[in-house]
Amino acid sequence: MFEIVEKRVLSPVVNLFKVKAPLIAKKRKPGQFVIFDVDERGERVPLTIADADPEEGTVTIICQAIGKSTIKLNSLNKGDKILSFVGPLGVPSHIEKFGTTICIGGGVGIAVAYPLAKALKNEGNYVISIMGFRSKELLFMEEDLRATSDELHITTDDGTYARKGLVTDVLQEILADGRVIDFVLAVGPVPMMKAVCNITKKYKIKTMVSLNPIMVDGTGMCGACRVTIGGQTKFVCVDGPEFNGHMVDFDELMKRQSIYKEQERISIEKLQHEECCQTR
Amino acid sequence: MKNVVKRGEQKVSNKIDPKERLKIQRQKMPEQNPVERRKNFDQVNFGLPSEIAELEAKRCLQCKKPACVPGCPVGIDIPGFIKLIAEGDFVGAARKIKETNSLPAVCGRVCPQEEQCETPCILTKRGAPVAIGNLERFAADFEQEQGEVKIPDLPKSTGKRVAVVGSGPAGLTAAGELAKLGHKVTIFEALHKPGGVLVYGIPEFRLPKKILEKEVNYVKSLGVEIVTNYVVGKIETLDEFLSNGFHAAFVGTGAGLPYFMNIPGENLNGVYSANEYLTRVNLMKAYLFPEYDTPIFRGRRVAVIGGGNTAMDAVRTSKRLGAEHSYIIYRRSRTEMPARIEESKHAEEEGIEFVLLTNPTRILGDEKGWVKGIECLRMELGEPDASGRRKPVPIKGSEYVIDVDTVVVAIGNGANPLIPMTTKGLETNKYGYIVADLKDCATSKQGIFAGGDIVRGGATVILAMGDGKTAAASINEYLK
Repeated sequence: MFEIVEKRVLSPVVNLFKVKAPLIAKKRKPGQFVIFDVDERGERVPLTIADADPEEGTVTIICQAIGKSTIKLNSLNKGDKILSFVGPLGVPSHIEKFGTTICIGGGVGIAVAYPLAKALKNEGNYVISIMGFRSKELLFMEEDLRATSDELHITTDDGTYARKGLVTDVLQEILADGRVIDFVLAVGPVPMMKAVCNITKKYKIKTMVSLNPIMVDGTGMCGACRVTIGGQTKFVCVDGPEFNGHMVDFDELMKRQSIYKEQERISIEKLQHEECCQTR
Repeated sequence: MKNVVKRGEQKVSNKIDPKERLKIQRQKMPEQNPVERRKNFDQVNFGLPSEIAELEAKRCLQCKKPACVPGCPVGIDIPGFIKLIAEGDFVGAARKIKETNSLPAVCGRVCPQEEQCETPCILTKRGAPVAIGNLERFAADFEQEQGEVKIPDLPKSTGKRVAVVGSGPAGLTAAGELAKLGHKVTIFEALHKPGGVLVYGIPEFRLPKKILEKEVNYVKSLGVEIVTNYVVGKIETLDEFLSNGFHAAFVGTGAGLPYFMNIPGENLNGVYSANEYLTRVNLMKAYLFPEYDTPIFRGRRVAVIGGGNTAMDAVRTSKRLGAEHSYIIYRRSRTEMPARIEESKHAEEEGIEFVLLTNPTRILGDEKGWVKGIECLRMELGEPDASGRRKPVPIKGSEYVIDVDTVVVAIGNGANPLIPMTTKGLETNKYGYIVADLKDCATSKQGIFAGGDIVRGGATVILAMGDGKTAAASINEYLK
């Protein structure tokens, strides 16, 4: 069992957890992920590691309540224990000095973009961060990202905070200004990553994306997470999670993300029903 | 509804003359009715009742030079334990088996006895061999149910530590044997439950997880520590183990990297590897969704590609998940099918449809990315190939489409590269399997031994267990 030693509410749907996992904390590198499973009846879900403290023996994850499992995790508190916490899985990010870089994070993708922005900055890159949210109330990690970025741009879909629009609007502008960009990293919803890659492809800028498909074991044994990269099937858990964004078949990935849409609905309804029965 | 168990007709006293003995027929394993069982995940075989087991045990001729024992990869004293059953000492029989096999309730269920210990039985020529597998299961179950599981006396600790990677049949066996020799063993398992393929791969209806849990607990009771949620190579590597206090290591990680066919449409929604399909259902209990959180797509028309035991497990699972049509699509004929006869027979009884001499060429999808059919090519058998089986040759222009909404690919597994990639100087062959001498399970690297599917490719539980046993013996030598 793995204990939650700290919980911070970042937004109404996003929580930060520090989980006691000294072995993972010691070995993990930026870009790697863990698989968590809340309890005996739970599901195995991958989450990218946001940070780790080897001294304290903790691993930080940031979880957005989307399906039943993430709702269950978010309902836990400091002192609670989860059944399973495996990692560090996947290939670490390849970080080097590229020059001028843009880190784009959409929604909970910020949690992944942030440690990578930090790593890029530490390598001596000039880091432009663009973070996008649907609305002001969902905003988180602004100060963290501001501290590691040379420039920070924020967008909200509804214009309730900073600039109204999408992350791609800012990206377009920067590129249209004729600035030389050497590397782009995008993490967020699949349609966002696809849109970013469509733009950077035109400018021939190397673009990495971090994928988060459905997984079961996370060690290459099941193949649930397969994606098509440049016409070839790859397993995100062992070959990724980061890939050259210009090679990814995003349309296939989007379809594969929706396999259990119907079951997810049933699961959430059941959970809500149970919660409402408990409070009565 | 349970089948009525028909007792053997013959009454036999304890002292029995050889002619009478030969008259006893092989006793049948009582089974759940196929019409019922294809709707549930309960065990298919009920196990022998004790009086039937005793009767069956009396068939054994107690050969001076038993032909059955060399057929057993772990060398169980078969006549020895059968004699004890015949005498009514069922717990004694279980303990006799456990002298050489730590997982008898598993082996009694999943071993291909018909290819191993039973075929050489002298009674085969006179009709049917002694039902060794069923008797093994009987003794093991009896001991478990009586709650009389005895821990053998363990020798004084040698002070040597051995790391075992993977808690499947190879790892559990190696660990159990090493513990019995006085070594301190730690098993590292990547998943959250121990058992490897026994827990994620083999369905509840063939091997109930409760039975497995008890056998795992037996191995633990020998002093073996099992660390779950630990991915060797990602946390510590084998090299780090050997420099941080372990004196030797055994790698039994299995062949965990599923092969796909590399045909168009394999990434459509509704296409699963057998590993994923079975892991969702067995390890994660997706058949109990939404009581359990892990979902599975319950196809109405399911095609399983392949003819091995895993294919049979997957196709029988699909039926139990409610499929109207469940097909086995296999490119050779029934004769060449690698599955155990019992498994394909059970499958057939449950209404599985066999589409033989047929090879898929592509999977067809609808506009939303879901499987809607599988295009196949008919085959005919040509000359024998490298495996000695007649090679299937495509019949030109014979393509046709089978309407399905789910495809499960069960054509085998490659080697998971995690351990070889993170262990310096560990030799692998061109398929990525670890090179190890099956005589002693030694690898190219000192202190590291390997066995089971990571060395053999796709094999059986019992061969993996045999390797675990061999490795334990040579690790013991190495540690001297």
